[in-house]
Amino acid sequence: MGTDAAGLGRGRAMAFILPALVLIGVFLVFPALWTVYLGLTDYRLTGLAAAEPRFVGLDNYAAALTDARFGSSLWLTVQFVLGSAVAGQAVLGFAVAWVARGLRTPVRRAVEGLVLLSWILPGSVVAFLWIALLDRDGGTLNALLNTPGTAWLLDHPMLSIIVFNIWRGTAFSMMLYSAALENVPPSHLETARLAGASTACQLGDVVLPRIKGHVLTNLLLISLWTFNDFTPFLLTAGGPEGRSEILPVYVYAIALNGGRLGAGAAVSFLILLINLVFALIYLRLLRARNAPPTAAAPGGRGPV
Amino acid sequence: MISLRGLVKQFPGGVRAIDDLDLEIAGGEFLALLGPSGCGKTTLLRTIAGLETPTAGRVGIGGRDVTALPPGRRDVAMVFQDYALFPHMDVAANIAYPLRVKRVGRAERRARAAATADRLGLSGLLERRPAQLSGGQQQRVALARAIACRPRAFLFDEPLSNLDARLRLTARTFLKRLQRELSVTTVFVTHDQGEALALADRVAVMSGGRLAQVGTPAEVFQRPLTTFVASFIGATPMNLLPGRAEGGALLVAGARLTPPGPARGLPDGEPVTYGVRPEYADLSFEPREDGFPGRVGVVENMGTALLVTLEPAGGGDGPLVQVVVPEEGGEPALGTPAWAVPRTSRALVYREGRLLGAPVAPAPASAEPTA
Amino acid sequence: MVRHVLARLGVTAFVAVLLGFFALPMLWLATAPFDAGASIRVSVPEFTLANFRALLVNPFAVGSLVNSAVQAGGAAALVVVLAALAAYALSRVQVPGRDLLLYLLLLMSSIVTGTAAMVPIFELATRLNLIDTHLGVILVVSGGLLPAAIFILKDFTDATPASYEESARVFGASPLQILRHVVVPLIRPGLATIAVWTVANVWGGFLLQFILIRDPGLAPGSVILYTLYTEGGQPDLPLVSAFSLVYSLPVVLMYVFVSGRYGFRFHGGIKR
Repeated sequence: MGTDAAGLGRGRAMAFILPALVLIGVFLVFPALWTVYLGLTDYRLTGLAAAEPRFVGLDNYAAALTDARFGSSLWLTVQFVLGSAVAGQAVLGFAVAWVARGLRTPVRRAVEGLVLLSWILPGSVVAFLWIALLDRDGGTLNALLNTPGTAWLLDHPMLSIIVFNIWRGTAFSMMLYSAALENVPPSHLETARLAGASTACQLGDVVLPRIKGHVLTNLLLISLWTFNDFTPFLLTAGGPEGRSEILPVYVYAIALNGGRLGAGAAVSFLILLINLVFALIYLRLLRARNAPPTAAAPGGRGPV
Repeated sequence: MISLRGLVKQFPGGVRAIDDLDLEIAGGEFLALLGPSGCGKTTLLRTIAGLETPTAGRVGIGGRDVTALPPGRRDVAMVFQDYALFPHMDVAANIAYPLRVKRVGRAERRARAAATADRLGLSGLLERRPAQLSGGQQQRVALARAIACRPRAFLFDEPLSNLDARLRLTARTFLKRLQRELSVTTVFVTHDQGEALALADRVAVMSGGRLAQVGTPAEVFQRPLTTFVASFIGATPMNLLPGRAEGGALLVAGARLTPPGPARGLPDGEPVTYGVRPEYADLSFEPREDGFPGRVGVVENMGTALLVTLEPAGGGDGPLVQVVVPEEGGEPALGTPAWAVPRTSRALVYREGRLLGAPVAPAPASAEPTA
Repeated sequence: MVRHVLARLGVTAFVAVLLGFFALPMLWLATAPFDAGASIRVSVPEFTLANFRALLVNPFAVGSLVNSAVQAGGAAALVVVLAALAAYALSRVQVPGRDLLLYLLLLMSSIVTGTAAMVPIFELATRLNLIDTHLGVILVVSGGLLPAAIFILKDFTDATPASYEESARVFGASPLQILRHVVVPLIRPGLATIAVWTVANVWGGFLLQFILIRDPGLAPGSVILYTLYTEGGQPDLPLVSAFSLVYSLPVVLMYVFVSGRYGFRFHGGIKR
């Protein structure tokens, strides 16, 4: 590393890096900075404020913070992240990874394959699969549970999108924990088992201390991604009556649907700040080498 | 042929890997750069190749100053420690790669690659990928690739170190014959003193970025100029024992020794280091005033000879002395009192780490058996 | 002994529930496209391939698959080329400020999500006349994916010994020859990884395409599928089911192919 093995030279190296940097600068960094400016204006999609946006200072922020719809959206987002990512994906992902170790190969392949498939399928496809599953009149779930007429998406919108997101995103946690568990030496577990430790003791005393970095990394990344997940929009579009309007859907609704770009940008900036906190903690972990390098690339914009 | 003048290589951070070094390598000569890891030998080789830019000094190849030339225009070929065979090309394409770069036509490339491969006993392997070859075959493909471009000089970076011990001997003999036949100037980096002695016309021993000694294998083996070289060269390390001059003799580890020529006439009390190779000492079971006294502590069978380690007689903390004895005499019993008697003509005396009487005309290389 | 049996039973029950939970929503995708009487409920299909004919009848279905392919392919080409150049230079040349640059790239790529940046991205695309263009989608998506792509490829390059390049260099190859003859073939698995990862991201992506493309003739499959089941009353189930399956197959096949060929199961959340 750092030895210019091909004799590229600094000039050419810069020329190699520049195109990527320009694209990242224009379409990633600049929008982030522009969010800050737009959030301080009354910019609108149409009308007078579209032609000549006015600088309104912190009005958008003040309006957002006193807006009951924003408050409710924030609270729903917290439920969504804690419920589907922290409690759902992380716990289920670990359980699958742990149990899969003891399964016969075909069973293990089937379990892992299904979990992965739910992750790989395009978002708009899985959204309709769930719409079909949860349908009030002909849905498979109502047929199975013998609860005809239950409109899951209308009566329990948050529960629906939380379970949906667990189903959709558990694969990442499963893979991360599988990789982590491979690093736990079998001899350590055998020592604990010989000493008569129960499964709970084995997990607490032997496994968890060794995969602490993975657990933290996983929680940070899946929280960050879930926090920015727009896919629930495809299921409920935030409804009914905003009862599943998590922040990404809220921003879309007020800015691009409602045309209040300035107000939407202000909320976007708050999202950016929260993302920044997650990312800084994550990078700190990476630097301290507590985090597995496999997750060094959280990858692009997250689920878009 | 290759000429290095006042060469300095300082890395960012201040480490001086090469420290004001001068060296002339004659046309067709096989020079081994020998030294422990971190002594700067690989950096020196890479500087000759042009992969490192010297901080100061000049590099000349074939009478031409190449200091500012990129590696590809120095007309040298390098074989790396890991061979660096391109894994996505077959053997033929690997061997022909230098020719491809030089825009030699496809037909001639193939012909020359096939001819070179044939010469190195690789003819049946031309279609294989490097991953399908044994270590020895990979090493020969790397050699073939270096030969195929007919360079002015070969630069070898420990090309034998990835082979297992037995294969290394075969490859060594093969390499030496090949170099004789091609008579291309060769610089060979190694940390294995046996390899350096066996292969090279001259050995350059490096330490701390400087040349500790440059000489024929016989010279560096028989008359190492410093205690560093003395301890580094030789399959069994030289006995280096502290002592002092007294009354025209040397008192060393319980023995009273006649000093060799250059060490005569030292003032009384002068501290010296007395060096004698285990091969140049004899074992006596009768008390001898000119022998280091001790008891047989360890006997190691080396096949044709035994390496006997004498421990201080009283069990104290004096120096250990090693002697190589012919195996015909049988193994001496452990604990037997014995005296290690150095051959004065072969003994070397160092003062402050440097050989007394150096430089001296090289000793004849053929007469003495070395083990 | 009893404890052991109970534990086995527990594991078996857990695995059964798990399989059910993950398989249940997918059953419809396996049956409905082949069911002459496709309904919203999972049922044993009355086998037919007629549903796939609906794809040809719909004015946007086939076109949207082409649009998806253009956008995914374009973004993959752009990301692979730009990320490879940048990653190679960052891996091998001591560019001033390299570590800070890498840190900032990683930071920006984690925080500037499509969600957080949808407003300015929409604005930017409007002003650059990129709304309703494939190029707009390709540029915006590539900008977001490039930092992570550079990271993954830099890992690949860092893990490749420099002696290959040095060897070629001593034999007289120019830097560009070395890249073409040696570096590109050596990091090919990395390039394939990035290409697949980009295609999967764009193929499955919804939000940015939804924002940037208004003209249904240019919309990718993900957006067209969404409009098929949200607009105009009752969804046309034969069409939706067939389209869902056809739209899913490329990504699934790509994963199966790549994991079989290069054996990667996991590289930093390759999907996202």
